[in-house]
Amino acid sequence: MTIKLYGAAMSTCTARVLACLHETGAEFELVPVNLLNGEHKQPAFLAKNPFGQIPALEDGDLTLFESRSMSTYVAEKFKGSGGDLLRAQNLKEAALVKTWMEVESQQFSPAISPIFYQFYIVPMQGGSPNQAIIDENSEKLGKVLDVYEKKLGSTKYLAGDFYSLADLHHLSYIYYLMKTPSAKLINERPHVKAWWEDISSRPAFEKVASGLILGEK
Amino acid sequence: MAMKSTRKLYGSLNSPPTLKVLACLFEHDLDFEFVPIDIEAGEHKKKPFLSMNPFGQVPVYEDGDVKQFESRAIIRSMAHQYGKKGEELIYWDSRQQAVVANWIDVEDHHFEPPVLKLISELVLKPKKGLTPEEETVAGAEAKLAKVLDVYEARLSKLKYLASDKYTIADMLHLPNIQALMGTQAKKLFDSRPHLSAWCAEILARPAWIKVVEMQQNAQA
Repeated sequence: MTIKLYGAAMSTCTARVLACLHETGAEFELVPVNLLNGEHKQPAFLAKNPFGQIPALEDGDLTLFESRSMSTYVAEKFKGSGGDLLRAQNLKEAALVKTWMEVESQQFSPAISPIFYQFYIVPMQGGSPNQAIIDENSEKLGKVLDVYEKKLGSTKYLAGDFYSLADLHHLSYIYYLMKTPSAKLINERPHVKAWWEDISSRPAFEKVASGLILGEK
Repeated sequence: MAMKSTRKLYGSLNSPPTLKVLACLFEHDLDFEFVPIDIEAGEHKKKPFLSMNPFGQVPVYEDGDVKQFESRAIIRSMAHQYGKKGEELIYWDSRQQAVVANWIDVEDHHFEPPVLKLISELVLKPKKGLTPEEETVAGAEAKLAKVLDVYEARLSKLKYLASDKYTIADMLHLPNIQALMGTQAKKLFDSRPHLSAWCAEILARPAWIKVVEMQQNAQA
């Protein structure tokens, strides 16, 4: 049974799930959703995600939305053959993975999303990036990354000395950030920079990165 | 009152994330020691608390080897570790549990943002003698109404959000729904029958009532 992922390869949240699908070696089909035509707001897609956002996932009669719960499902389903992204066999490690997955969602994402939005989405809509919003959120993101810098000084990855879903969830947003002036937020922090270089050079991510073409002419 | 337990919850009875974890502890009949953190005095932004959660937020939870912060992480782990046979608030089957995880994310990304805005305007500001900002309230109510329309449709098909049993996805809504029920935003819930019935069900859970009593005793 092949997993169907509905979304767009260049979209950050779709890419989050793609990274996990590639990392685990899962068989899947990417079904493009035409955002420009408003396909995500049509009844057929709303039946998959009533909030009208990509991505959505189908695995037989299971339908999911919200990228992080989708990737968690994939990591769980393909554990063993597909690596150990959740560390479920070790209570302490599994708890740390869950903690740092929440950190990405609660601390990191709210700070980086507005920066991403200003650099990539606003120009697509014909506007110019709002520097005040970028500055305000860069300060927030800097504070979050200061915590990461300290953590990554004592462990190789966020949840411990093992690569986990907590690290993976950061890939697509940081990839796009690195093409903007705000890349300095990563580059100025040596442990964060080393961590980024490590996780972004994983072969599974390189397959995803080739689809992250927002902002390219 | 302090029972010596290997489980410690550091938090504040004014903090919804702390209350969520308390509900989970009571649902699983777990003994624990509650260590109050003085938010008003900024205790959560200083050491030693900062060395437990470098992001300076309550709650923090310790259970033997397991040390966590972020309420949803604590709750996800706890419900799996201590699921009571036949009464689990999660599923062992990964397909069913994926749906629970999905609706935890819905609470997180869709429900909570407009709800926290409303609580800030309608509950917290008046406590400080400030007036709610009408435009902010109207905007948040409009956003929340759209989310609650999705909930109403969902709850007309299922008894609870993820399935026909109570799960941690439902539980995570408790403190913020409780707070909103005391404000003008109550009408958004009352006007949606399935949503309203679900609210009444979950607010009546004995574990949640214990949390409310704990809050009331602290204020007494």
